[in-house]
Amino acid sequence: MRFGVVVFPGSNCDADCYHVIKDVLQEEVDYIWHKESQLGAYDAIILPGGFSYGDYLRTGAIARFSPIMPAVIDFANRGGLVIGICNGFQILLEAGLLPGAMLRNQSLKFICDTAYLKVKRNDTPFTNQLAAGQLMKVPIAHGEGNYYCDEATLEELRRNNQILFTYSNAAGEDSPDFNPNGSIANIAGIINKEGNVLGMMPHPERCSEEVLGGTDGVNIFVSMVKSFQEVIQRCKN
Amino acid sequence: MQELNYREMGLLDEEYEKIKEIMGREPNYLELSIWAVMWSEHCGYKNSRPLLKTFPTEGPRVIQGPGENAGIVDIGDGQALVFKIESHNHPSAIEPYQGAATGVGGIVRDIFTMGARPIASLNSLRFGNIEDARVRELFAGVVAGIGDYGNCLGIPTVGGEVYFNPSYQGNPLVNAMCVGLVNSDEIALAVASDVGSPLMLVGAKTGRDGIHGATFASEELSEKSQQKRPSVQVGDPFMEKLLIEACLQLIKEDLVAGMQDLGAAGLTSSISESASKKGRGVEIDVLKVPRREKGMTPYEIMISESQERMLIVPRAGKEKRIKEIFDTWGLDAVVIGQVTDDGMFRVFEGKKMVGEVPNAELTAGCPVYVRAGQEPSYYQECKRFDIDALPEIKIGEALQKLLGSPNIASKRWVYSQYDYQVMTNTSIIPGNGDAAVLRIKGTDKGVAMTTDCNSRFVYLDPYQGGMLAVCESARNLACVGARPLALTNCLNFGNPEKTHIYWQMQESIKGMAAAAKNLNTPVVSGNVSLYNETAAGAIYPTPVVGMVGLLPDIKHRVDMSFKDEGDIVVLLGRLRDELGGSEYLAVCHGVESGAVPVVDLDEEKKLIELSLELIGKDMLKSCHDISEGGLAVALAESAIKGNIGFKVNIEGQKGRADKTLFSEAPGRVAVSLERDKLPELTAMANNKEIEVHVIGQVEGSNICINKGNQHINMAVCDAAKIWGEAIECHMK
Repeated sequence: MRFGVVVFPGSNCDADCYHVIKDVLQEEVDYIWHKESQLGAYDAIILPGGFSYGDYLRTGAIARFSPIMPAVIDFANRGGLVIGICNGFQILLEAGLLPGAMLRNQSLKFICDTAYLKVKRNDTPFTNQLAAGQLMKVPIAHGEGNYYCDEATLEELRRNNQILFTYSNAAGEDSPDFNPNGSIANIAGIINKEGNVLGMMPHPERCSEEVLGGTDGVNIFVSMVKSFQEVIQRCKN
Repeated sequence: MQELNYREMGLLDEEYEKIKEIMGREPNYLELSIWAVMWSEHCGYKNSRPLLKTFPTEGPRVIQGPGENAGIVDIGDGQALVFKIESHNHPSAIEPYQGAATGVGGIVRDIFTMGARPIASLNSLRFGNIEDARVRELFAGVVAGIGDYGNCLGIPTVGGEVYFNPSYQGNPLVNAMCVGLVNSDEIALAVASDVGSPLMLVGAKTGRDGIHGATFASEELSEKSQQKRPSVQVGDPFMEKLLIEACLQLIKEDLVAGMQDLGAAGLTSSISESASKKGRGVEIDVLKVPRREKGMTPYEIMISESQERMLIVPRAGKEKRIKEIFDTWGLDAVVIGQVTDDGMFRVFEGKKMVGEVPNAELTAGCPVYVRAGQEPSYYQECKRFDIDALPEIKIGEALQKLLGSPNIASKRWVYSQYDYQVMTNTSIIPGNGDAAVLRIKGTDKGVAMTTDCNSRFVYLDPYQGGMLAVCESARNLACVGARPLALTNCLNFGNPEKTHIYWQMQESIKGMAAAAKNLNTPVVSGNVSLYNETAAGAIYPTPVVGMVGLLPDIKHRVDMSFKDEGDIVVLLGRLRDELGGSEYLAVCHGVESGAVPVVDLDEEKKLIELSLELIGKDMLKSCHDISEGGLAVALAESAIKGNIGFKVNIEGQKGRADKTLFSEAPGRVAVSLERDKLPELTAMANNKEIEVHVIGQVEGSNICINKGNQHINMAVCDAAKIWGEAIECHMK
């Protein structure tokens, strides 16, 4: 499977994602410079974390105008797997690939911590190696992770089962008491209606090796590979 | 702008005379400014240089000692660590957010200037009393500034320290350390350059910010300092991030002969320093410098401290490729001058020469002052302080107070604002071990790093205090399983022209040098920050040590948390009862006095070796050094982090319980291990002549300590609440 990691000026988790795909999963991966206007033959695209263009305006607001973005949008619309992590999630929102917007954390401070995530469903290309209701321990690090959308959109997200991860405590209770940033409905990650685009604030690439204290995150990338292989298998049959 | 005279620029009468003598005439205003910034303490180290020479600087692993942008030590496999610590105290006192942010920016540039990829930041911070509203404002601003800058760069902030003491009330300390990783064959040194080589300026445009910052850093803070807010620079971490990527690419492609960041004294210092290395001269045209403001004079351009700028000396014929790389990253790169052969530093404004100064005199010619220190009267008075005359208080109450002291309490409020995991190397995160541990991708190795200084000890006894700072750093590294390699230091003191301040410098440097020599941790880089004084007096002398260590195999590492019920708890080292200078005296008795615990360097060295052997054999489940708060606090922290209790009986030590439990005497660590490993541990410790005290075991959910007729019994969750929330409560 071939992954592409888009590099915007100011991306800073690009190398971390690249490392997990190449050295942990041992799959193919390339960096894609944001000034490219076409994507090569990729099976999945990663929009990594960081501070694209310094994020001096709204997070992701400038990156979404990067030359590469129309190609990413086109790739997503054709059903390609796209995962946006942290700043990548923010860019997906700005680009309109996912609904909603990001506000500053309720504390008005940057938060670096480890959060418990509750996996809401496992019938997606990103969670097929996880169980529904399973808890994951995943690092978070963001200043604007307070996901917001209007009531109608939230209703739609719920109706379509688009909420993939919520913040919870160690016992799996995903109530507002265990929400690190104030996001609506404790949302940590959502997918699009079609299920091929995921945006999440927590960093699965930071918990994909034992030496870093946990491996819960790697399951998301392994799920993507698995789902890709199944598609290939289906095509062959 | 109103013109300053030479005294206002910080030059002494005799220095001005010397300048006139060198030049054979009166300097013009631009020239005078150039002399003043280069001969400031900040750039010229004129008060500290003779003392700095006494540090041991060599060792088998040292690739680069002091004198470059940062020090370099070999970590095997053709890799090296590049590191340095630097102060940004005065700017942070005036404008905490930008002062701290640009402090991070500056030290990061020092690291990538040498071709290294910055992999971690640490910072050592000191503030006045946290009860004070202005102090909280400074504290919050500094932490946010460090966080926002480092987080945006994507360099994890993995460690450091925060202390509160009234001596820092108007003069906080902000010392930033950065560690980089480099392939030894890709190290870039700031050496210029052949005659005729162009000088390229890259990065941000030059503005009027930070004019005379170096001079400002070399005088005492006063009421008037607030007017010097324009001396504080403004940071742009996005620009810095682009510079890092572009500059590292230049080095990968071997395109540069020399690279120098623009720090204190801006263009003036970076240009003259890069030319001085080979005795060359330089000429530059200020009109070619991209500016962001109209009407800037040559004087303003030459000493502006606008951030995120680099000076590049290209290899012959490589200018075009260099420009291409900077273009890719959207950065300006312009040729502003060239290297000459006559040793003169010439400044042009177009065709007109507006300043001409001999470069060698400007750099190496900076006057050096060997001053005479004098022991102040407080030194002997404090040593004689009678601790036995103090009433003994209940140790349970004392422990509660200590756990809630901001100097001991969890620093989570601070480090949760720092991205400490980006780059996916951080293996022991802040708060979990005595030092941060990072893995080196593609190898089995790990590196550890820490910053330490107990400035109360240094104040009470600079010689012992200097030794203690180095020992604590080395011990902290050993406690996670890393062999201490080398250190950098940031020497923060008051006004060196005062004899007792100079004595503090002299004595503490002597102590640090002795410890560094004994522990084989040479000093490879550093920075000096003097004149840390306000009308209320000088700060405590604060020579901060930043040390790096190596774990040959990162699998053998250990953190500080107790793990399993039934593990035994062992004190390695002596039961001691010196209480002088302890946090206990300060917090429970309101006393900052007493004789500082005596350091035994040989014992410290043996303890470090023992800890490394034990961790190397995976014998320990936890390891935590005994420092602020003494044995009781060390054990409580291990329990809190492990969320499990312990029961400890201290026997074989007569005298007051508070002395045994809260003494901060060095040379000791508290460890936990499986009971059946005790015989082997004892044998290994005997070999190293280190005492073994089996004091109890991990059990239950309470902190239980018995010593004579005194007892502590506190639920771990209660202790965790006090310790965990103390700083947060103050900052709400």
